[in-house]
Amino acid sequence: MATPIISFQDYGFQYMAQSAPTLHHINLDIYPGEKVLIAGTSGSGKSTIGSCINGLIPFAYPGRKTGRLLVGGKEPDKSSIFELSHTVGTVLQDTDGQFIGLTVGEDIAFAPENNCVPQDEMKELVERVAKLVDIDHHLEYAPHELSGGQKQRVSLAGVMVEDVKALLFDEPLANLDPAAGRTTIELIDMVHERTGAAVIIIEHRLEDVLWRSMDRIVLMDEGQIIADMPVAKLLAGRALIEHGIREPLYLTALRYAGVEIDEEMHPEHVEKLRLTEEHRAKVRGWYQSQKSHVGHGQAGEELLRVERLEFGYTPERRTLQDVSFTIRKGEMVSIVGRNGAGKSTLAKLICGFEQPLAGSICMGGRNLGGGDTIKERAASIGYVMQNPNQMISKPMIWDEVEMALVQSGMPREERQTRVEETLRVCGLYPFRHWPVSALSFGQKKRVTIASILVQRPRLIILDEPTAGQDYRHYTEIMDFLKELNGQGYTILMITHDMHLMLEYTPRAIVFSEGRLLADTTAARVLNDPDLVRAANLKETSLYTLSMACGIDEPQTFTECFIGYEQREGR
Amino acid sequence: MKKLSVKTVVAIGIGAALFFVLGKISIPTPVPNTYISLQYAIEAVFATLFGPVAGLLIGLIGHTLVDATSYGPWWSWIIASACVGLIIGLITMKLDINEGINTKKIVTFNVAQIIAHLLAWGLIAPVLDIVIYSEPLEKLFAQGLMAGVANIITTGVVGTLLLIAYAETVVKRGSLKKED
Amino acid sequence: MARIAILSYIKRDSLVHELTGRTKLVFFLAWSVASMVTYDTRVLVCMLLFSIAIFKISRIRVKDISVVLGLAAVFLLMNNLFVYLFSPEYGVGLYQSRTVLFTIAGPYTVTLQQLFYHLNMTMKVVCVVPIALLFIACTDPSEFASSLASIGVSYRIGYSVSLALRYIPDVQREYHNISQAQQARGIDLSGKDKLFTRMKNSVAILLPLVLSSLNRIETVSNAMELRGFGRNKKRTWYNLRRMQRNDWIVTFLAAAILAVDLLVTFWDGSRYYNPFL
Repeated sequence: MATPIISFQDYGFQYMAQSAPTLHHINLDIYPGEKVLIAGTSGSGKSTIGSCINGLIPFAYPGRKTGRLLVGGKEPDKSSIFELSHTVGTVLQDTDGQFIGLTVGEDIAFAPENNCVPQDEMKELVERVAKLVDIDHHLEYAPHELSGGQKQRVSLAGVMVEDVKALLFDEPLANLDPAAGRTTIELIDMVHERTGAAVIIIEHRLEDVLWRSMDRIVLMDEGQIIADMPVAKLLAGRALIEHGIREPLYLTALRYAGVEIDEEMHPEHVEKLRLTEEHRAKVRGWYQSQKSHVGHGQAGEELLRVERLEFGYTPERRTLQDVSFTIRKGEMVSIVGRNGAGKSTLAKLICGFEQPLAGSICMGGRNLGGGDTIKERAASIGYVMQNPNQMISKPMIWDEVEMALVQSGMPREERQTRVEETLRVCGLYPFRHWPVSALSFGQKKRVTIASILVQRPRLIILDEPTAGQDYRHYTEIMDFLKELNGQGYTILMITHDMHLMLEYTPRAIVFSEGRLLADTTAARVLNDPDLVRAANLKETSLYTLSMACGIDEPQTFTECFIGYEQREGR
Repeated sequence: MKKLSVKTVVAIGIGAALFFVLGKISIPTPVPNTYISLQYAIEAVFATLFGPVAGLLIGLIGHTLVDATSYGPWWSWIIASACVGLIIGLITMKLDINEGINTKKIVTFNVAQIIAHLLAWGLIAPVLDIVIYSEPLEKLFAQGLMAGVANIITTGVVGTLLLIAYAETVVKRGSLKKED
Repeated sequence: MARIAILSYIKRDSLVHELTGRTKLVFFLAWSVASMVTYDTRVLVCMLLFSIAIFKISRIRVKDISVVLGLAAVFLLMNNLFVYLFSPEYGVGLYQSRTVLFTIAGPYTVTLQQLFYHLNMTMKVVCVVPIALLFIACTDPSEFASSLASIGVSYRIGYSVSLALRYIPDVQREYHNISQAQQARGIDLSGKDKLFTRMKNSVAILLPLVLSSLNRIETVSNAMELRGFGRNKKRTWYNLRRMQRNDWIVTFLAAAILAVDLLVTFWDGSRYYNPFL
C-alpha cells in the first residue's frame, strides 16, 4: 500500500487562547489521489483539521499538540508554512480574501512570484493553469468584475500553479448560487482527474458536494472523528442526522416513505439510486396518503406593492427592469436568482437606500416615492444585512438593540419596555447585559434582527439569513423567523438556499438579469427545469426521485414532503 | 530595519485603503469649509494596534493616494500625516490593547495622539511648507493650528471610542451569567 | 452604488502609456522635487509648458479629468486667498521692493510684488498637477508595486501599496453598505446634529468597518502566507516590464531636468528670480 500523503496519528490540538483541546485522538490517513469529504457542524473541529494540514497550525495559530501529524512525510512544526505550501494547496472559503492580486493574471502568478520564478516562465505557467480552469480569457480582469464562481476558479488556479500533491477546499460552496456551486464541484472533479492530486473538501452541504463522487467521508463532531467510511455506507446509517448534518433530501423522503436505505442502493447520488419496485410502491403509497394534506394558506390584505420598477446605476445599464409584484400581510416570501440578478438592489430600493428611475413602491396603500427618507421608511420596513458583524456597532447587546430608539429621541421609560419586550421575543432577554462578542454567529444574527424589530416594522427584509451556517444554526435561525412570521410579521428573504426556499417560504419570486421571471410557489419553481436553468438555480433531487418512482406530479410530491416534514419531521 | 511581518504588510495595505476611503468622504462640520477627518482616527487606532512602521506607512500611502487622485500631491502634509502614525505608534508601542483596556491606556493613547498632531501640524507641516512653498508664516501656523486642533478632537473622540469598543470586542470574558 | 468620483487608470495607446511604471515613477518623483525646490519664474514657466506638452502626448483628454481639475482649481484659489488674507505684504518682503497698484481696504493693498509671488506659488503647484494626474491616469496600478521595488523600495512595502489599491473598492462598498443600514436605524452623518453627536454617530459606522477590516487582515495574511509571501529576500514580478530605449531616454531626461533646475535656481545664490531689482 502507498504511503499516505497526510497522516494523523492519535493527534490532538489545543489553541493557545482556549481552555480545552479542539481536536482529540484523531487518526486519519489520506492517500495520494484520494477524494475525501470532511463533514461536521461548525465547531466540530473540521476547519481546525484543515489548518493542521496546511500549516496555519502551528505557524499562524499556535497551540499545544499531542500525537503525531505527517504532511508529505514531514512534521509541520519542524517544517515551515512555505515548505508545506508545495505539498498542500489551500482554497479558503472567502474568495475575496484569497484574491490578492489586482488582476486575475497577477493573482495566479502570486505564488510563483514569491518563489522567484523568472517572468517568461511565469507567464507561460499562468497561461497554462488558467486554461485548465477555463479562466484564460479573463487574465486582465479585476476581482470586482468577476462572479463568485469565476473568483473560485482563480483561487483554484492560484494554488494549482504550485503543482501540489493535495488540494484543500474550505467550504467552497458557502458564497455561491446553486448552479455556480454545482459547476465548482464539477471543476474540482475535473482538476482531480487531470492532476491526480488528492482532494480534501471541508463542507457541511453534503448533497451539493456529492454531485460528483467522493471516495470517502469523514464525519466529525466535538473534535473527534465519528465515522470514516465510504459515502454510501455512511448515508445508509443515521450518523449524519445524529451529528447535525443534513442528509440529501431524496434520502429523507425515502425514509419518510418507510424505505430502508442500504449501501447496495447507491444512495450517494440521486441519479444512480437503485430502487426496487417495492421501494417505488412504498413511495407512491406514501405520496397518495399525504396528498390530501396539501393546502394553501390564506393571504391577508395587501402590504407592499411594487409597480413597474426600473433602476440602473448608470442610465445605459439597467439593474432592474419592469418589476411588479405584491406582498400581502403575514406572508413569508423568498427572492431568488443568480448573483447579480438584481435581488439586493430591489431590497435597497424598497428601503429607500437608492431611488428608482421609474415605477412606484407602495406600503399599505401609501406611495413611498413622495420623499420619504431612509429613516422614515425604516419605521415600517426593516432591513437585516447578511453579515451581522457589518451591522453591530455597540459592544453591549442592550445598547445595540436600543440604538435606533435612542436616535429617534424616545423617552427612557418607553425605550426600556420596548427593548425588554423585543429581547424577550428574540430569546435574548437572559443575555441582555452581555457583550455581543460572547455570542455565537446565530445569536448575533438574532441581535441584529432584534435591533430592527425594536422599531416595529411591518415588513422585514433579510439578506441571506443563513449563509455559511450549518444545519443546526440554519434551523435555529429559520425556526425563529418562522415564529416571528407566526406573530404577524411579514418577511421577505433574499436567498441562494434552495432548501430554505422550499421549506420555509410558500412563495418565491425569481429574478434573472434584472427581470422578474416568475412569482409562484417554491415547489413549482424547483420543479420547472426551464425556470431553474434561466435563474441559475438547481432543481431539487425530490424532482428526480418522484420521476424515478413514476409520480408525474413532482411539484405536489415536493409539497407533500415539505408539509410532512413540518408536521412530523426532525 | 527588521523585516515587516506578513500581517503588518497586510495591515498597512488595508489601513491605507481605509485611510483613502475615509479621506474621500467629507463629513461637514458647523464651521464652513471644515470637515471631520475620520481617517486620522483610523490611522491612530491602527498605529496603536500594529506599531509605528505601520502607522507611518498607512499615513504616507493613504494620504498620497488621496492627494494624487484629487489635485496632485502636497508633500509637506503627506509627510505630516505619516509622522502622525509614526509618533502615535512609537508612544503606544507598549500598550497591549488585546489584553484589555483601562484608563491609563486611554490616557496614554490620547497623550500620544495630542503630541503627534501638535508636532505634525504645528511644526512639521508648516516648516516644510516654508521650506518648499515659501508660504507666509502666519497663514501656515493658523492653518496648522486649525487642522491640528480639529484632528486632535476627532482622534480623541472617535479614536478613543473605537479603541474602547475594539478592546471590549476582543477580550474574552470569564463569568457571564444568564439572568431572568 | 454612488461611486466617489476619483481619478483612476485610463487605458489608451500613447507614448506615455508605453513607458514602464518605473520610468514614470522616477520622472514623477524628479519632477516633484524639481518643482518643490525652485521658485525661479523662468524655470517654472518652462516646466509648465513642458508639462502641458506631455499632457497632449498622453492622449488623455481634459474631459477625462475635469472633476479633478476642478478640485485642484478650488484648492488653489482657497490657498491663494488665505495667503493674501494673512500676509498681503509678503511679496514685498520677498522681492524687497513695493509697487502699489491699488488699495482695497485697510491694510489690504494690492502690490505688483504680491501678485508676482502669487503667480510663482501657483505655477509651482500647477506644473505638478498634470504630471501627477498623468502618473495616475497612465500607469497600470498593477505596475506600482514592481516599480517601487525596482527603485529600491522593499517589496513588502511595495506590496502594501498594491494591497491598498486592491482593497479600496471593497472597503468603499463595505462603508457604503454599512452606512446605508445604519441610516435606517437613525444614524446620519450628513444631518444637522451637533458636532459631538455626529462624531459619536460616525463610530457606529466605523466600528463594524474596523472590525471587519481586522478580519480581512487576518484572512488575507493567511492567504498570502499559504502562498509563500515573504519566504525569499526578493521576488519576481508578473507585471514588471523591461526598460526600452524610450524608458532610458525619459529617465535621463528626468535627471537632466532636475540638474538644470538646480543649476538655474541656485546660480545666483537665491531660489527666487527677482525682476524688481
